[in-house]
Amino acid sequence: MDTLPTIWFIAIAVLWTGYLLLEGFDLGVGMLLLTGTRKDEERRLMLNTIGPVWDGNEVWLITAGAATFAAFPLWYSSLFSALYLPLTVVLLSLIFRAVAIEYRGKGHTDRWRRWWDRALGLGSFGAAFGVGAALGLTTTGLPLDANGDRVGGAFAWLTPYAVLGGLAVVGFCLVHASTFLALKTTGPVRERARRLVVRWSPLALLPIVAWVLVIQFRSGTVATWALVVVAAAAAIGGWLSARAGREGLAFAGIALFLVAGTASIFAAVYPVVLPSTLDGAWDLTVATAASGEYTLGVMSVVACIGLPLVLLYQGWTYWVFRKRIGTGQLPPQHRVMPAAATRPAPVPQRTRR
Amino acid sequence: MDPLEIARWQFGITTVYHFVMVPLTLGLGMLLAYMQIRWVRTGDERWLRMTKFWGKLYLINFIMGVATGLVQEFQFGMAWSEYSRFVGDVFGAPLAMEGLLAFFVESTFLGLWIFGWGRLPKRLHLATLCIAVAGSVVSAYFIVVANSWMQHPVGVDLVDGRPVMTDVWAVLTNNTALVAYAHTLLGAVAVGAAFLVGISWYHLWQRRRDGIDTVDARGRVVVGEEPSIRGRDRTDHGVWLSGLRIGAVVAILGFGGVAITGDAQAKLMFDQQPLKMAAAEAACHDGTGFSVLAVGPLGGKDCDLVVNVIEIPGLLSFLAHGDFDTDVKGVNTLIPEYEKAYGTALPDDPKYGARAGQTIDYLPVMEVTYWGFRLMIGFGILAAGAAVLALWLTRKGTVPRSKPLMWAAVASILAPFAANITGWVFTEMGRQPFVVVPNPNASGTDGVFMFTAAAVSPGVSGGEIVFSLVALGLVYGVLLAVETVLLVRFVRGGVAAAMPDVGAPRDHDPDDQDTPDPDGADDVLAFAY
Repeated sequence: MDTLPTIWFIAIAVLWTGYLLLEGFDLGVGMLLLTGTRKDEERRLMLNTIGPVWDGNEVWLITAGAATFAAFPLWYSSLFSALYLPLTVVLLSLIFRAVAIEYRGKGHTDRWRRWWDRALGLGSFGAAFGVGAALGLTTTGLPLDANGDRVGGAFAWLTPYAVLGGLAVVGFCLVHASTFLALKTTGPVRERARRLVVRWSPLALLPIVAWVLVIQFRSGTVATWALVVVAAAAAIGGWLSARAGREGLAFAGIALFLVAGTASIFAAVYPVVLPSTLDGAWDLTVATAASGEYTLGVMSVVACIGLPLVLLYQGWTYWVFRKRIGTGQLPPQHRVMPAAATRPAPVPQRTRR
Repeated sequence: MDPLEIARWQFGITTVYHFVMVPLTLGLGMLLAYMQIRWVRTGDERWLRMTKFWGKLYLINFIMGVATGLVQEFQFGMAWSEYSRFVGDVFGAPLAMEGLLAFFVESTFLGLWIFGWGRLPKRLHLATLCIAVAGSVVSAYFIVVANSWMQHPVGVDLVDGRPVMTDVWAVLTNNTALVAYAHTLLGAVAVGAAFLVGISWYHLWQRRRDGIDTVDARGRVVVGEEPSIRGRDRTDHGVWLSGLRIGAVVAILGFGGVAITGDAQAKLMFDQQPLKMAAAEAACHDGTGFSVLAVGPLGGKDCDLVVNVIEIPGLLSFLAHGDFDTDVKGVNTLIPEYEKAYGTALPDDPKYGARAGQTIDYLPVMEVTYWGFRLMIGFGILAAGAAVLALWLTRKGTVPRSKPLMWAAVASILAPFAANITGWVFTEMGRQPFVVVPNPNASGTDGVFMFTAAAVSPGVSGGEIVFSLVALGLVYGVLLAVETVLLVRFVRGGVAAAMPDVGAPRDHDPDDQDTPDPDGADDVLAFAY
């Protein structure tokens, strides 16, 4: 009986897709801070487009990880231990990014902000590349032994597929963030973001397209190829919309491209969740890596309650913050001064205690 | 380099660090929700200022908890893959529930609260904070459930050598978890409350130092104002006095609760992990006495060299069983029992790698358990005493002008943090050599235990873990410094640091100031990063 493990494989695929879809523009905006503009107020504007939502988006990663742990402990253990170094980089990157978002505006010097901008940009890049490498490898394979442990040393994961996966997610995040900024801002940032989509998206999306095609040529079926066609149509439609200045459609097109693209990947690799490049008999599959029937049943109930609610209140958040913002709307930043007199008042003898 | 030792250091360091930020988030969050509720209900400016000021400190700290929490979740798979394989069926579930049911709520609604000032109606805005704080409180529950399963596994059957969950309610209502959760949450409340006391004290002292507040002949406060310093008006005095009093009262209640739940937890532990408690007492022989001071080589292999200098007869029995004459088993009795039940050497199994055949040392590091236990209680009593003293010294409406006393009040912020840390170090190191402690008294869980030596990732090299430990250690060190600098800066700035327009004349009724303007598309945002 593989029904429940299959449902949970779909659930994990949904969580990863949700992560890339939502955090994709957060990470992309972070990277664009490095190159997008030299003006501090424009950087601040870009940061504030993701300000209210980025933290909620990051939870998709936490939940994807925890759900993999709960539903497929062997997948979780083998993948995470095999990718020890790249995941360490992901963690450090996400730490820097989170702290940079919160702390950037809390200092008043240019130097302070420049350093946090770098932390934010490089952190976003490291997280996108590392997560991409991990996803690239879980769909193409790692040198695992019969116990699911990595052989070949600390860098055995460093293959062309790791680089391809990393570039795929980085490239996608950049395009996704550009359509997002074009949709959420006014003024020069909006114009620049739109031009970025039109000019650079064909190149930036190349790695993710290559990743999709590699998976399809390895284990594609008619159904998964159909998804590829949908993804291609969405990407082209998104690009044409961006060129026509229809920002909402452009964003929707790129978003649909991602959903169809990741769906085609996960559907094509099913039922293998983590192939071993050493021996096909050691592949981890939905059946061999899954938790027991009871645990999956319990988790299904939890997910059926939790996930719709998440979609509901996160959707509401996007509704609350639906308006475009411009640099003119940013409140002035102020310098925090100690609330104290420069010299203490003299102590009247009578009242001294 | 033995990956096991490095991985243990890494887990210990990253967890302790994470749990510096988390109790403050939990405790201060609840107090913050209370402040905003008071503001919405009374419309009193004082509560708005308190919400803004403490909210700013809350966020500076919150982000560090978020950033370091992810490390915890990834670390199980990265460094402890054998552990994750062994327990995944039951241990992953509470973590996934935490994400789905609690952390999503917390993060999403906190974003709404931060950016919702001036954009959401007042009551809805208050609701977003309350929901976010509730999310953090529920989040803590699931994490304690996961940890308590390691301390006392329940609700599982052993199938093919791995525990398989059979009863999720047993896991969620594990008595170890319920008591530990109450203890942890109250400890967090005490942390938040002591934070309020120390910082409010500083500001009341600063107002006196600057000659704004004075005292009359009977020692009662005469509240003043100083227009040249932003925010130092008459309301400002109320902000800090209320903060101090709420903090002190909540701290006293919190510590009372910590003591009661701690006692309940100790009674459970004497039953569930007797060796941990015997080691906490340096109790070598069966007996009834509670050790106040022990000397001798606590870390030595020969427990008999430890001499209890001061001992209160009967007290240990009372703590463990509720009477004064039932003997509590000592280390020398318990270790042979453990050896009989779980072997004297690690089995010759591939999962132990080079460690197979090693002698198992069932006695936890006794310096750590003995002193960790005492420091936890000592810091708790110290902090509770400081709160009582703070209430007494401020009974006439302000603090004494003494600078050393002000510094003592600020330093007392650290005591509950220290109590939290020593408590967790005690309980986690006290469970060694097990990572999953065998449950001595439940049916169906026979064989459900795991030695820490078997838990580490077999494929990961010591070098890799050294790299992550050094990298995380450096980053954590730098970020702790940055967080401290920012907290100090915003604390010293007072209310004006969080509310630049404090004291400025409002051009409309303050009750309406946070109602959104329907045509406000081009308005300046109330908050932006």
